[in-house]
Amino acid sequence: MSTSPIQRQRLSLRGQVQGVGMRPFVCRLAQELDLAGWVSNTPEGVVIEAEGNEAALARFARRLTDEAPPPARIDECSAMPLAATGQESDFRVVPSRNDGAPEPCVPPDLAPCADCLRELSDPADRRYRYPFLSCTACGPRYSIVRSLPFDRERTAMAGFALCPDCRREYENPADRRFHAQTTCCPACGPQLALWDSQGISLAEGDGALRLAVERLRQGAIVALKGVGGFQLLADAGNSAAVEQLRTRKHRPAKPFALLADRTMAERLCRVSEEEIALLLEPAAPIVLLRRRKEEIVGTTHSGPLSLRERARVRGAQRGTFISAQTHDLDLPHPNPLPEGEGARREIAPQVAPDLPWLGLMLPASPLHHLLLADFGGPLVATSGNRGGEPICVDENEALARLAGIADLFLVHDRSVLRPLDDSVLRIAADRPLTLRRARGYVPAPVPLAEPLPPLLAVGGHLKNTVALGLGRRALLSQHLGDLDDVLTEQQCGAALQELPRLFGGNPRRLAVDAHPDYASRRLAEAMGLPLLAVPHHLAHAMACAAEHGLEPPFLALAWDGIGLGEDGGLWGGEFLRIDEQGHRRIASFVPLRLPGGEKAVKEPRRTALAAVYDSARLPGANAAEEGHPGLHGVPAGLRAAFSDTELAALLAMLEKNLNTPPCSSVGRLFDAVSALLGLCPVNQFEGQAAMRLEAAAGAFVWNTAADYPAPSATIPLVRDDTGLPRCDWRPWLRNLLRHPAVDDADRAALAYSFHAALADAAPAAARLAALPTVVLCGGCFQNRLLLELCVERLRHAGFDVYWPQRIPPNDGGLALGQLWAARRQAPA
Amino acid sequence: MAHGGGGRLMQQLLELLVRPALDNPWLEQRHDSAVLDCGGTRLAFTTDAYVVKPLQFPGGDIGKLAACGTLNDLAMSGAKPLFLSAALVIEEGFPFDTLRTVLDSLNAAVKAAGAAVVTGDTKVVENGKGDGLYITTSGIGLVEHGLSIGPAAIRPGDAVLVSGDIGRHGVAILSARESLGFATTVESDCADLSGLVGELIAAGIEIRCLRDLTRGGLASAVLELARDAKLDMELIEGAVPVCEEVRAACEILGYDPLYVANEGRMVLFVPQEQAEATLGLLRGHPLGRDAARIGSVIQAGAGRVSLRNAYGGQRILDLLSGEQLPRIC
Ligand SMILES: [Fe+3]
Ligand SMILES: [Mg+2]
Ligand SMILES: [Zn+2]
Ligand SMILES: [Zn+2]
Repeated sequence: MSTSPIQRQRLSLRGQVQGVGMRPFVCRLAQELDLAGWVSNTPEGVVIEAEGNEAALARFARRLTDEAPPPARIDECSAMPLAATGQESDFRVVPSRNDGAPEPCVPPDLAPCADCLRELSDPADRRYRYPFLSCTACGPRYSIVRSLPFDRERTAMAGFALCPDCRREYENPADRRFHAQTTCCPACGPQLALWDSQGISLAEGDGALRLAVERLRQGAIVALKGVGGFQLLADAGNSAAVEQLRTRKHRPAKPFALLADRTMAERLCRVSEEEIALLLEPAAPIVLLRRRKEEIVGTTHSGPLSLRERARVRGAQRGTFISAQTHDLDLPHPNPLPEGEGARREIAPQVAPDLPWLGLMLPASPLHHLLLADFGGPLVATSGNRGGEPICVDENEALARLAGIADLFLVHDRSVLRPLDDSVLRIAADRPLTLRRARGYVPAPVPLAEPLPPLLAVGGHLKNTVALGLGRRALLSQHLGDLDDVLTEQQCGAALQELPRLFGGNPRRLAVDAHPDYASRRLAEAMGLPLLAVPHHLAHAMACAAEHGLEPPFLALAWDGIGLGEDGGLWGGEFLRIDEQGHRRIASFVPLRLPGGEKAVKEPRRTALAAVYDSARLPGANAAEEGHPGLHGVPAGLRAAFSDTELAALLAMLEKNLNTPPCSSVGRLFDAVSALLGLCPVNQFEGQAAMRLEAAAGAFVWNTAADYPAPSATIPLVRDDTGLPRCDWRPWLRNLLRHPAVDDADRAALAYSFHAALADAAPAAARLAALPTVVLCGGCFQNRLLLELCVERLRHAGFDVYWPQRIPPNDGGLALGQLWAARRQAPA
Repeated sequence: MAHGGGGRLMQQLLELLVRPALDNPWLEQRHDSAVLDCGGTRLAFTTDAYVVKPLQFPGGDIGKLAACGTLNDLAMSGAKPLFLSAALVIEEGFPFDTLRTVLDSLNAAVKAAGAAVVTGDTKVVENGKGDGLYITTSGIGLVEHGLSIGPAAIRPGDAVLVSGDIGRHGVAILSARESLGFATTVESDCADLSGLVGELIAAGIEIRCLRDLTRGGLASAVLELARDAKLDMELIEGAVPVCEEVRAACEILGYDPLYVANEGRMVLFVPQEQAEATLGLLRGHPLGRDAARIGSVIQAGAGRVSLRNAYGGQRILDLLSGEQLPRIC
């Protein structure tokens, strides 16, 4: 070995390599292998020059990729031989270069690592109970970045100068905080304070935390400055507190998410291995979990000791205790909850009324860990905003905008630089399914199969996100919200400015939805760049194709709410054939009318009435069903959802075709069936009717041990007068009208039958394309049962099936699809 | 037909085709009527074509509409109406009785305003080539005040008022046309506002801008003014007067009353400190009984108009494309 010549190499690492402890790791590895040289962050990624013998260099390159710290992701490692200099005697971290176009290499915000949690609960550690500790492997990232590359002076930590102790760690290559950009301690870092509603400080530091916990126990609503902005916290076991939060937020029914530890999660919900893995991702997302039955009906759970309880017993023998496996923090509290409370406490029925799922998240920061451990039971943790608005990021803004909602404000002096909502996922078909992509996942880029021209995509109108093309990567912004709201629209405008500023890309064109009235399109028009309009459902399909690196040809099933169709109509149940030549709709659904337009989206009873009205006129319907159903043709259950005046007026509108635009949306069909079964005549929040239909069908599946029976009626394929094949839901509906549900069991069976009939219709229509590959996309595939049934039926019919997993199937993924679709229209 | 709804497509038609073709400084006043200096005398001049189905509706007919529409356009410049012309395009076979009734109501409205129809024209087109009757009226009015009323005079801080409850005309027409069996008691608000405007000017109100509400409703009128004046504005949703029948009808039909047509209502911009006095005067007049302050002009900007709801949230108001296309996904 000693005879091998001294060589020098330049290695360039791209991917998620900054702010994840890459440079300290490189430094330690080089020193271990006796290499000289340096490592630096550059706008192009991490650059290393290493000098030593050939074998050591080879080992260095291999271990670099094999042993990189867990949050890191190396997409590309290129090596270039250089002439050895013999000038250096050691290996150093050299300051960042900041001269070229920056790269998207800031990682998402990371929940605390096991090492930091151990310090947090160790009374002997100088960071014991310090809510802002972090290291190279964890801590705030995108939420605090001002510009790139990711160095302390370009983050919200810039104002916190390192104390001598922290500096020693920062400069010691052997320390795990070597070059940790966000490191700090009680002596030099951010401090906590508890404010009253006037902004007057009631307590500071640990006292603030303890007082907040005490007040939460008394039923107070606390606004917490979290990782990506404010959250509203309340005792999840306190009905009055949760009710109060609903009243103050004007949010009557939409489920609240819970902050819980793993033990609480497992006690409240059935949690699969995949779901545990999702909960434990460094993003600490909200995961939709199925409640245990006893939880739904509210009976007291009794059983063997839970994991946490066992841990507590052992912990009591060993002092404070942290299980790296569960990530649960166990801290002694001066004022513990009485026996039988805490982790074993019931969840107030107001948390998620009438739904069998709970959205749970594990603590995303040390502060959340401390709060939860001190409080000792699950906490409601919902976004800190007034309905429809973006979440507050600044404490003074929160005082104003959350006035009348929060009693207290648990704040600190580290800025949140952009709002990042909590991400929401569920497991479906054994894979993660993203419903809302924000904190913890943004700005991780989406790697692409081929490079994009300089493009910026402005997304849709609701659940808006925007996306930036960066060569072979796309950067999809965090969930921004519904653009009806003035502040949300401003956030969208800000994100369109910010992404190119932070990450470069120099966009020359804007990809927009084809709908003329989307606020995102209006923002795009104001930016003065040429627009490329992408049809709504093509964008849905292309988002999934981009995520999976899927090349045409394929068939996309875009089952969605409403999007503007390419014939000017309202679409949302489309079969799009996408190939090298372009795309073409080869099948659709029989249109359903929307009495009152948008109003019918808010009131599923209206689409239900239209469905009944139009089904009754189906040729082949018996005499009693034919013609105008009048007041008597409407099933009693649905009739009860209207006053006589309303019913007469809506029937007149249907008769005269007055403001009853037709749409081929599967989402609206879900609404109609949900209302027909009496599950949800009027939505209290977006998607409620569909969720309740999924829940009812789930109840059928969960209570039926044997194989699922075939649906009692089907959704056949018929041709309309233009020859376009359409899935015809009317026979299924007429069957329901003939055999109406009389009890919950009937409702569950019919809800399941509807899901199954739709899934059976999928392969029948898919065969028309004569292509082996099928993509499922659109908001309907947020529905786990529908997704799983469709995947199963299509696979059984021999298709290769793809569906969105890390990109939302709903409009939150449109911007990515717009980029991917528009690249064909835009010059490189 | 999507170009006729008073929405964005109509705006585009005007901005891209009509305005450039006819470009001149008077058109650039961007107002309902042009104010022309004729040797020291200021005259307001306007023209409008009227198409409505049905020709007779609760609260009026096409004759009254054709009179009031043009009288109102003159009034929006603060002019006293003097002379009108009327051109009729009649479909062959149109009943004489109806024609006489319509002309009577046209004349009655013009006379009541203290003006006269002094010239006209009549054309008959083949059966099937017109919807019974079209009327085009033009009007000349005298501007006696020294104010410059128009979008350019609006200032940040100005109060935004509306002269009465909104949406009656659109609902009355729809109810009559479709014989819906509800909202049958709603009458069109079709009325001549020139007398009311005259009273405000006589009382010394420093009117900044007036606009009568027509197709596209209150929202479209305010949005156009905001855009032309390059000012951002804020309306308070709960402050906009809507009568119960109109509200209920819109609720069922799925229409937003802010976008429903009116023919006898106007939006007024006055200095903040004169808002109360203006409201007092409006409410003392039969056509302004339900007048209300509905918002404010905020600041110079891109002409954005937001609507503040009861919970403090703010929604963006926007000109819609021809029809109200659902945007919910
Ligand atoms: Fe969509
Ligand atoms: Mg006019
Ligand atoms: Zn850590
Ligand atoms: Zn320190």
